[in-house]
Amino acid sequence: MLRQVYDIVIVGGGPAGLAAAVSAKRNGIESILVLERDKELGGILNQCIHNGFGLHTFKEELTGPEYAGRFIEQLEEEKIAYKLNTMVMDISGDKVVTAMNREDGMFEIQAKAVILAMGCRERSRGALNIPGYRPAGIYSAGTAQRLVNMEGYMPGREVVILGSGDIGLIMARRMTLEGAKVKVVAELLPYSGGLKRNIVQCLDDFGIPLKLSHTVVDIDGKERVEGITIAQVDENRRPIPGTEEHYTCDTLLLSCGLIPENEISSSLGVEMSPVTSGPLVNECLETNIEGVFACGNVLHVHDLVDFVSEEAGAAGKHAAEYVKNGARHPSSDAKDIPITATQGARYTVPKTINPDRMDEKHIVRFRVGDVYKNCYVSVYLNDKRVIHRKRPVMAPGEMEEVVLKKEELSAFPDLSQITVKIEEA
Amino acid sequence: MYDVIIIGAGVSGAASARELSKYKLKICVVEKEEDVCCGTSKANSAIAHAGFDAESGSLMAKLNVEGNQMMEQLSKELDFPFKQNGSLVVCLHEEEMPNLQKLYERGIENGVKDLRIINRKELVELEPNISDEAVAALYAPTGGIVCPFGMNIAFAENAARNGVEFKFDTEVTGFEKKEDTWIVKTSQGNFETKYVVNAAGVYADHFHNMVSEKKLHITPRRGDYCLLDRSTEGFVTHTIFQLPGKYGKGVLVTPTVHGNTLVGPTAIDVEDKEGTNTTQAGIDELISKAGSTVKGLPIRQVITSFAGLRAHEDGHEFYIGEVEGAKGFIDCAGIESPGLTSAPAIGKMVAEIVSRLAGAKENPDFVGTRKGILDPKTLSNEERAALIKENPAYGNIICRCEMITEGEIIDAINRPLGAKSLDGVKRRTRAGMGRCQAGFCSPRTIEILARERGVDPAEITKSGGNSKIIVGINKDRI
Repeated sequence: MLRQVYDIVIVGGGPAGLAAAVSAKRNGIESILVLERDKELGGILNQCIHNGFGLHTFKEELTGPEYAGRFIEQLEEEKIAYKLNTMVMDISGDKVVTAMNREDGMFEIQAKAVILAMGCRERSRGALNIPGYRPAGIYSAGTAQRLVNMEGYMPGREVVILGSGDIGLIMARRMTLEGAKVKVVAELLPYSGGLKRNIVQCLDDFGIPLKLSHTVVDIDGKERVEGITIAQVDENRRPIPGTEEHYTCDTLLLSCGLIPENEISSSLGVEMSPVTSGPLVNECLETNIEGVFACGNVLHVHDLVDFVSEEAGAAGKHAAEYVKNGARHPSSDAKDIPITATQGARYTVPKTINPDRMDEKHIVRFRVGDVYKNCYVSVYLNDKRVIHRKRPVMAPGEMEEVVLKKEELSAFPDLSQITVKIEEA
Repeated sequence: MYDVIIIGAGVSGAASARELSKYKLKICVVEKEEDVCCGTSKANSAIAHAGFDAESGSLMAKLNVEGNQMMEQLSKELDFPFKQNGSLVVCLHEEEMPNLQKLYERGIENGVKDLRIINRKELVELEPNISDEAVAALYAPTGGIVCPFGMNIAFAENAARNGVEFKFDTEVTGFEKKEDTWIVKTSQGNFETKYVVNAAGVYADHFHNMVSEKKLHITPRRGDYCLLDRSTEGFVTHTIFQLPGKYGKGVLVTPTVHGNTLVGPTAIDVEDKEGTNTTQAGIDELISKAGSTVKGLPIRQVITSFAGLRAHEDGHEFYIGEVEGAKGFIDCAGIESPGLTSAPAIGKMVAEIVSRLAGAKENPDFVGTRKGILDPKTLSNEERAALIKENPAYGNIICRCEMITEGEIIDAINRPLGAKSLDGVKRRTRAGMGRCQAGFCSPRTIEILARERGVDPAEITKSGGNSKIIVGINKDRI
């Protein structure tokens, strides 16, 4: 079987893979290959034809395809190699990537470093255990988005949406603009999982009701959806009998969370976080397997693509350094300080940080587990609180961050533990 | 004029058709759905039961053991997935040991081979995740797991190969008895036949009662299931039942032939013969019971829940034979668990009855083997590379969760009795059967189905009838 050799192989040509590739090239690596399973680069951005992308990165509002286009141009300018319609089947511990496509058949690539950038998938109806019939007309919001935005097909006329994740909110507007009637958006939690701006621009502006603390309790229709019953839920998220409301409709869209696609990572032996379902990484975004890096939604689900690009840029840079050094940074491992997320903070990326190896400043990103008003984000080095920053509102739908300084971490005597937590006023 | 019309293209009907195609007979299978394997046969525990469960001396016990013994050979001849993984009936309470002993004795009487009772130590060796409460188990090495779609489709394809005609979307509405023949009235016109085989699953009583004064009554008994992701492969390796007793019947936990873990079923009697809707109560019951025989069941790895209907006849027995007072009308009714296991033997029995009545001669051209859809995952990397070179469609992954290629999907569509819908493709290839539940691959599978069938993508359905995926084009109503 054909075996090629590359310094860095990047699995996935979406926003994360593109930014990682460009960054690795600009950090001195010539031999890079991006493997993309779809027929074009850009990943899910290609179906996100709404605007709002790029405010951080390019200081302007772009659509998804435009944002992807900027990075694809950079990739072309940098003359980075990529293969489309190519599925990675396996990655071995010694970084042999087995992949497949129509033209090359099965082939292997020996890489020095691998960057995982496979993105995520949507939680399906099955995983949500929604009772009822299983007719046509039930789509994840992203599948409906692809049908409408890339293929020009209407997946339904009268729509109920479960889940107020950003794709669901965006699709409420999209379906309305294409001539469908979106009857209601039901959200299990007492707060929305989407960005505030999307609730305003996609629901409020179109008079679409958002029912918080509601879920779907029945699906009617044996061939095609004929109706959906929703009900209010109690504090344990169990439906409250007697609160059922029936909606006649032909479509149910689901926007109930995204799951990083780490099947290849798991079989490679990458350690996973049970909270994010993504790899556990150090501040170089390197997994427990030396020379294997992760970035973007395969690492943890982001709200904004700008942060994906930023994170992927860092992964590309660190992978480039790894290749140039021929090994991990000599001062590694021993001084990896664990970062613990607790009291309202659910996880952090990275999971460990090495004061010797880190940049002058390092942004640690995390999510909260509930809605917090007028609370503080606190960071402790061992038992000493070093950050205590007031936040008027924090919600699980919006990613939070704290900045750690090399100077402070290096100077701290016997640093063994960093803790991120939410504290009441 | 047909010699035989079989009502129903489920596993019993398809097995009967295939066995009957060994004779020189003009046979037609009529099916109200758009495909084979659309009713009870598609939603069940997918178990090849050893045969200790059915009452000794019953037809059910006889055909169960026979079917089980035929399964391995048949799975090779007809190329469908089957694995003899062995089953365990777990006793959780010392005081119920006599019941386990009784079950053992019944199994011996039924002719189940290699059956034995094992102690906790051996049980833990076989299944490390077994409940801490488990005291002993009945071990049946002949128990197995099978792909129910694979088996049903294999029977049907092989029957078609041997000349059996299949009419889909054809619902039987009534019968008219002529002197020596029957007129079978359907939604697609009337057909005359010498013999009718009633293999209509939950509807078998409906058809039986049209021709007989001695009424049958079949209750659709719903079973809810949860299917867990393939990442749970190895959690259990045997099919694990709970010993029924005063603590209830429990639910089974079993691997599937494809590496998923299946948990279920409930048993809820319903009125509607199409009432395959799951309910919150059913799923809750399942989840609460599933933990009794095993510990640490990864129930959060659920990728889908579904429900099937057992065709439960009041007497809990198979009714196979010519109906009294309805010459030439052969029942194949009351086929509930262990119906899937028994199917090979049911088919044989039906064929024996009909061929004897008809005085049919053997079909010298019968071909008993069939090749399934090529699964490139069974090939070495080198063989796979060669296959892609020959046919590049095998290099194009469509379903990323189950790693199903375009080549497999094209084969599924273009072979005899090929797939017409997304579910048809799913049952034949597993595209859409994985953890994303067709979220990614359905638009691409629609495209392939439309192209291969030469129809507009809007014509492609999930499962026939009005189950359309696409209802129009953007802004068509603005």
